[in-house]
Amino acid sequence: MTTGPLEGVRILDFTWAWAGPHATLLLAFLGAEVIKVESRRRLDHTRLRSLMTGPTMTSPDHSVVFNDLNAGKLSLTLNLSQPKAVEIAKRIAQISDVVTENMRPGVMERLGLGYDDLKAVKPNIIMLSSSAVGATGPERTYAGYAPTFAAMGGLAYITGHPDDPPMPLSGAVDLRVGTTSAFAILAALHYRARTGKGQHIDLSSTEAVSTLIGHTFMDYSMNSRVQTRAGNRDQLMAPHNCYPCLGEDKWVTIAVACQEEWDALRRLVGDSRLEDERFADAASRWQNQEVLDQIIGEWTASHSQEEVTQALQKVGVAAMPLLDGRALVRDAHLRERGVLQPLHHPLIGERLTLSPPWRFSRTPAQIRRPGPLLGEHNQYVLGELLGMPSDEIERLVAEEVVY
Amino acid sequence: MAETALDGLKVLEYCQMISGPYCGKLLADLGAEVIKVEEPSAGDAARTRGPFPTDVPHPEKSGLFLYLNTNKLGVTLNLGTASGRELFRRLAEQADVLLEDRPPGEMAKLGLDYASLSAINPRLIVTSITPFGQTGPYRDYKSYHLNLYHASGHSSFFYVAPRERRKESLVVAGGGVGDYDGGLSAAVATLAALFARLATGQGQHIDISKFEALLALERVMVALFANTPEPPPLPGMVGGQMPCQDGYVVVTPVQSHQWQALMEMMGNPAWAQDEKCRDETTRAQHRDEIQPLLEEWMAQHSKEELYHEGQALGVPIGPVRTLAEIADWPQARQRGFFAELDHPQAGRLEYPTAAYKMSETPWRGERAAPSLGEHNEQIYCGRLGYSKEQLARMAADGTI
Repeated sequence: MTTGPLEGVRILDFTWAWAGPHATLLLAFLGAEVIKVESRRRLDHTRLRSLMTGPTMTSPDHSVVFNDLNAGKLSLTLNLSQPKAVEIAKRIAQISDVVTENMRPGVMERLGLGYDDLKAVKPNIIMLSSSAVGATGPERTYAGYAPTFAAMGGLAYITGHPDDPPMPLSGAVDLRVGTTSAFAILAALHYRARTGKGQHIDLSSTEAVSTLIGHTFMDYSMNSRVQTRAGNRDQLMAPHNCYPCLGEDKWVTIAVACQEEWDALRRLVGDSRLEDERFADAASRWQNQEVLDQIIGEWTASHSQEEVTQALQKVGVAAMPLLDGRALVRDAHLRERGVLQPLHHPLIGERLTLSPPWRFSRTPAQIRRPGPLLGEHNQYVLGELLGMPSDEIERLVAEEVVY
Repeated sequence: MAETALDGLKVLEYCQMISGPYCGKLLADLGAEVIKVEEPSAGDAARTRGPFPTDVPHPEKSGLFLYLNTNKLGVTLNLGTASGRELFRRLAEQADVLLEDRPPGEMAKLGLDYASLSAINPRLIVTSITPFGQTGPYRDYKSYHLNLYHASGHSSFFYVAPRERRKESLVVAGGGVGDYDGGLSAAVATLAALFARLATGQGQHIDISKFEALLALERVMVALFANTPEPPPLPGMVGGQMPCQDGYVVVTPVQSHQWQALMEMMGNPAWAQDEKCRDETTRAQHRDEIQPLLEEWMAQHSKEELYHEGQALGVPIGPVRTLAEIADWPQARQRGFFAELDHPQAGRLEYPTAAYKMSETPWRGERAAPSLGEHNEQIYCGRLGYSKEQLARMAADGTI
């Protein structure tokens, strides 16, 4: 097997739910060895159920959601309420490069696994703490999940049709937070490679959302004005919307950014009403976009999504079908690029999962193994990495330290 | 001055609008030297888009451009000229990373693709950021945020309660967030390739598809559809977003102790003793009966009151905030999430910084975005050794 870019990097991972595990999922795709610390006492709830997809899992080892968010990782069960387990975790930290956690600020310290504790045993450790609103400040103990991050970070308020409530976004928001964490960890690894120094990273999930719509804050900064919901409309472009196509609930998106694209669209649609001076330049098209949308919608409604997309793309106009889950998994482009790959799991069986989202020409990212069974790698971590004799491991299991 | 995480890293950015520039910004804000290459006269298309102070368009005052290009150096260069391409090669020769977002094949036509540039700089990492990637049937398709966001399934995965579903189209996320996602994903890959180079000494090419960067954020939902031909409709969340006295709040009582805390906040209503409220499964089954009871109560309280009182009891609850409310949020203020930067034309403005506080290597607030060609002399004369006369000639003949 070829090596990934992070070959040789070991991560001790205390994260659970969605955001933290997505950060270490990406790092595992990149070749890091990720040891996920779990316990039967406090199962990652994605092993049990999913808010998004509904199904309650038949056992902690059968969760497809867990599998999708933890592929490529190793699982070690440690009951951190026992001091011996904390000592073991510290011994693993000593031979790790990075520690990640997303408990409420203060919890790791109470367990004796705070940054200062870990730094004492591994001076150049990098530790990422991901929380709802950050580990400092008056609200540091507050808790949250993806929907609250989106709500408090500003994304929900500016998403939706103008007359509708804001849009509560969910799963993807957690994964955005996780991607942000992965970036910060990589930057810290660079710093350590150059200087030999580790550090602590305190990440606010809510702020992560705000940075990903950062420029919208500039309107407030400049003009004390607050952006609101604009549906599918743009502040400058028109046409810029979803248009109905042949078939039930089929839509195509069309966006026109410049005169050249407008001329191409106008010629293709061939409706004399589009020659009207109301649509002569970008500003008038924007002013009259409701009428414009009406005319374009009449044209798209007599064609399929594919016809509209292909005809417009051929003349250099941005158009794409609105795809839902069913359509996406059949999409020819995704198939050709191998975006979905089969992954064999010993209990779930063979299942398609998304491949890593980057193509490296020399050091490919890859999924090396399915999501781990609970405690699947206890022997490897305790026996091989820490060199514990098997009778000691058995004793720790009996004492429910390894649990 | 504190050290930065990416000190010494040299990045050449030939990108416009959001995705590529956001990738460059992430690196620049942590200390990399990012030289942004723009076409002479027009520059990055983001300069034409607002927000502008008092809504008067000005290429040096675009809020979009200002936010996405902090801490970078700016040069102008016309790659349509042979001398411009030669200058670009010389810049690439000295760089660790090239970020580019031209349509697939265009850099090759200019002789500036990975194959050509790695011949003169084998350590170079080239990150190509395009809507659909360098291969596949859609590789030449044009796509803006609206198109990509809806094509990647994201809008169809929003949970919209059946009674709220209307006969109108699904909606794109605000703020161009999906374009930022492409840049963030590219930044992760770029740093990973740099890390690999420490061991191998070799650069490489990275193909980033913004479409796939978006899909990656819905990996659970996409896998659900890929493996279950007709998955059942999404169940509603008990709680979720609800109207309150002065706006909306979001409540996510995922774990049983969080549900208990929510009931405590609501004064332990009698109906909460019902069998229907026993556990997460029964509550989900009876969502339609429980949800109105939650909503009725929320409607009598303000969002900030609900937030602080709920959180004090352990309820994961948050207000739907406007951008102004976030800018004035004491928690973000105390963490120093916003920083002021001076810009010669746009003035002193407040910018969001980064979500991560790194104990050794802080976010860098060294300079605001460059004006068009601001660092031509510094880079072309200071770095590449051209004389001021040569610089004037290159400006006159349209090279820069």
